[in-house]
Amino acid sequence: MALSQGIMAASVVDCCSRSWSALALGQNVGPIRWISLIVTKTRKVLTIQASTAEEPASFGPSSQKLWTPKLVTNAVATKQDAPATTGAKGGHELLLFEALREGLEEEMERDPTVVVMGEDVGHYGGSYKVTKGFAEKFGDWRALDTPIAENSFTGMAVGAAMTGLRPIIEGMNMGFLLLAYNQISNNCGMLHYTSGGQFTIPCVIRGPGGVGRQLGAEHSQRLESYFQSVPGLQMVACSTPYNAKGLMKAAIRSNNPVILFEHVLLYNLKETIPDEEYICCLEEAEMVRPGKDVTILTYSRMRHYVLQAAKTLVSKGYDPEIIDIRSLKPFDMYTIGNSVKKTHKVLIVEECMRTGGIGASLRAAIMENFFDYLDAPIGCLSSQDVPTPYSGPLEELTVVQPHQIISAVEKMLSE
Amino acid sequence: MASSAVRALMKNSTLKRGATFITSITEARPYSQHGVREFSCGYALWNASGRSSTFESEDLLRNLSKVVPPATRRLSGEPEKAFTDDEDSEVLDYPGAKTTFTHELKFIPENAAEPVPCYRLLNDFGQPLPWAQLPQMDAELARKIYSHMVSLQTMDLIFYEAQRQGRFSFYMTTHGEEAINIATAAALSPEDVLFTQYREPGILMWRGFSLESFANQCFGNRDDLGKGRQMPVHYGSRELNYFTISSPIATQLPQAVGAAYGLKMDNADACAVAYFGDGASSEGDFHGAMNFAAILETPVVFICRNNGWAISTPTNDQFRSDGIVVKGRGYGIRSIRVDGMDALALYSVVKEARRMAIEESRPVLIEALTYRVGHHSTSDDSSKYRNKAEIDHWKLVRDPVLRFRKWIEAHGWWDVDSEKKIRSEARAAVIAAMNKAGRKEKPHLSALFEDVYDSVPSHLKEQDSQLREVIARHPEDYPTDVPTQ
Repeated sequence: MALSQGIMAASVVDCCSRSWSALALGQNVGPIRWISLIVTKTRKVLTIQASTAEEPASFGPSSQKLWTPKLVTNAVATKQDAPATTGAKGGHELLLFEALREGLEEEMERDPTVVVMGEDVGHYGGSYKVTKGFAEKFGDWRALDTPIAENSFTGMAVGAAMTGLRPIIEGMNMGFLLLAYNQISNNCGMLHYTSGGQFTIPCVIRGPGGVGRQLGAEHSQRLESYFQSVPGLQMVACSTPYNAKGLMKAAIRSNNPVILFEHVLLYNLKETIPDEEYICCLEEAEMVRPGKDVTILTYSRMRHYVLQAAKTLVSKGYDPEIIDIRSLKPFDMYTIGNSVKKTHKVLIVEECMRTGGIGASLRAAIMENFFDYLDAPIGCLSSQDVPTPYSGPLEELTVVQPHQIISAVEKMLSE
Repeated sequence: MASSAVRALMKNSTLKRGATFITSITEARPYSQHGVREFSCGYALWNASGRSSTFESEDLLRNLSKVVPPATRRLSGEPEKAFTDDEDSEVLDYPGAKTTFTHELKFIPENAAEPVPCYRLLNDFGQPLPWAQLPQMDAELARKIYSHMVSLQTMDLIFYEAQRQGRFSFYMTTHGEEAINIATAAALSPEDVLFTQYREPGILMWRGFSLESFANQCFGNRDDLGKGRQMPVHYGSRELNYFTISSPIATQLPQAVGAAYGLKMDNADACAVAYFGDGASSEGDFHGAMNFAAILETPVVFICRNNGWAISTPTNDQFRSDGIVVKGRGYGIRSIRVDGMDALALYSVVKEARRMAIEESRPVLIEALTYRVGHHSTSDDSSKYRNKAEIDHWKLVRDPVLRFRKWIEAHGWWDVDSEKKIRSEARAAVIAAMNKAGRKEKPHLSALFEDVYDSVPSHLKEQDSQLREVIARHPEDYPTDVPTQ
């Protein structure tokens, strides 16, 4: 297969050797993919690449082409050639919290060692109705109502996990899990390591976080920034009913402690998801909208703001590539890297605070691995470094809004 | 409904014309969440003709005494029975507490009149107390308990000295608490899951953890089960159901409750056992764990080693309650106080507590009173905050090992020769184990990055290869006893 303009495949591979490390180690990369990666260095879109890539579609999950989901029973990254999408024929429509519930219910039926514990998860059915009906179905021992002591019930989950159960801890609001920080960082994250691998903690810590509507500062925490440096933890953020159910199932099946970040404003998002069983890869990012001008990396609620902004951007003639990173720890540098190599410009849109947020780490990771591919400094839109005020207009000002995304992209692409 | 009933009442009453009276209007509500048929009592003012009206305040005051204050209460359905003269005998059934009323403005005293008595079977000289009911213990078990206590004491002495000589970085002794370590372990079964603080290696020893394994962990060598990742004395063994120790105090307590929750789910013939010190009872996790254990009715035995000191903080600065035993009642947990230097008493108490925990599926709290003879750790010098005479007294006069020895000697199960033999054997064994462990290699470099997750993710693989590159370029700056190949 001839490469244009005399660029030697060997030298190309050499320059991006460090970037290959992430994907070369143990990953199953088909030959077509390799060629398309080499080819993009020349900034030409060849027919080979076009035939392996998806049809350029308008954005949004429902407009992606049909993808038959395959049940993956291990949660360790296995790279798929197609992006994780929905749009299977048939399927059923539901809201995000119902998708979470479905995933949880299926796992609890499948595996009797899966238990849920948290405040009001039992007979009340959960503050956001994610565990509605579980106490009646599984008994109030498997859908356990706990007293108000986050550190204690997280500790309880650690102890239960070490004896063979797979607990899921629900924080009524992510912010309250700050009270469980010691058990999460010192015990959940560490005990597999410090015990020399003797004990595993296959727990899932989940709950609604993020900035809601006038919930006040303590109920608007973004814990992903606080937990991201704890070794031993895996973090994922769901943003659609499809990935909520898939990530929930994958997190439960994982032997690592996983924190599943849900967003308080996304619980009523509606989508059609497949009837058949599926799980999403925990370490994989989701290609929401392929494009070529700029890579927009986002997650959780900001994904929807980005999509909203993208409508305007597309109408103005821009072609952003939107990736929902989903896996907050570790980052899917494979998908992100490929995108950076294609577009050479990155904008991160996140809800975390500017200081020490996910965007801050992601910027460092991209710069470290893909510096040669960047044409401009990595842009990052984050929330202000202030506690979230109660007042509606003030709250809006602290969080990134779609018009900011539009102007950031325009600025980046006009330079 | 109410007014017609009242009018009917009034028609039949012998009230004088013009008199006003206050009655209660009851309105039945469906069964409430607590399964109680609640009635709300209000009162209306009626005059003799059956119409409500205002009236003089004096009349109101005069009649108010006849009225029962509004309260939700179980009623027989007959409103008249709501009125009794003896209001104290009425039952108050708020959801938070179901009890009787009192008219006495009396506070519960902060401490009971007498401190909780302490269960003991042997006196300080190892002689059974006159009324003591000794547990069933044959010569073999008694000798096994004693020899393990001696092993533990010897290991502590030698490892402490080894730390002082720089052979390992840190150590904590159990001097004064040997009986708690061994006698409680003897009363448990191997399936009982253990969540300890850091001063309970004797339980591992009882279960068969070899001296070499202890030494391996302290040296952090390649045979350490923890692969060199935890501080010395932070042992852990899945095989022996002893969960890896985590330094922060009291974090193991809610974990023990979680394990007991799992055991209860499995209907296992085992309980979770959590050890902690007097200082740990101040931690939030202690409160949460006790509370959860009581509510969930989990088979967990909490054993508190009240040794009088939390590093330099004496118990009087740690809590103002009568020790930890009274806190059990605060959570609805059965509790007992025992002499922590009396091996026989400890054995009896733990055996019974374990039986209760499993058969009745309930938590039990044991407070074992003892004294921390050694320093908190090798990073502490306790002579700075307590006087030497006090330490020596507890060390020499009140030694639990000596006390138990006196008892087994009195039974003819032990003698001076056995003592000499065991002491020298124990010493030799510990030194041999330590030397052997000290010569072993450290864990492989890859142990640095493994087990953070179930498999090594790409970013850690990168960090691993970067580290190897640096070591390869500057081998002289890196330790030689960490194999990299």
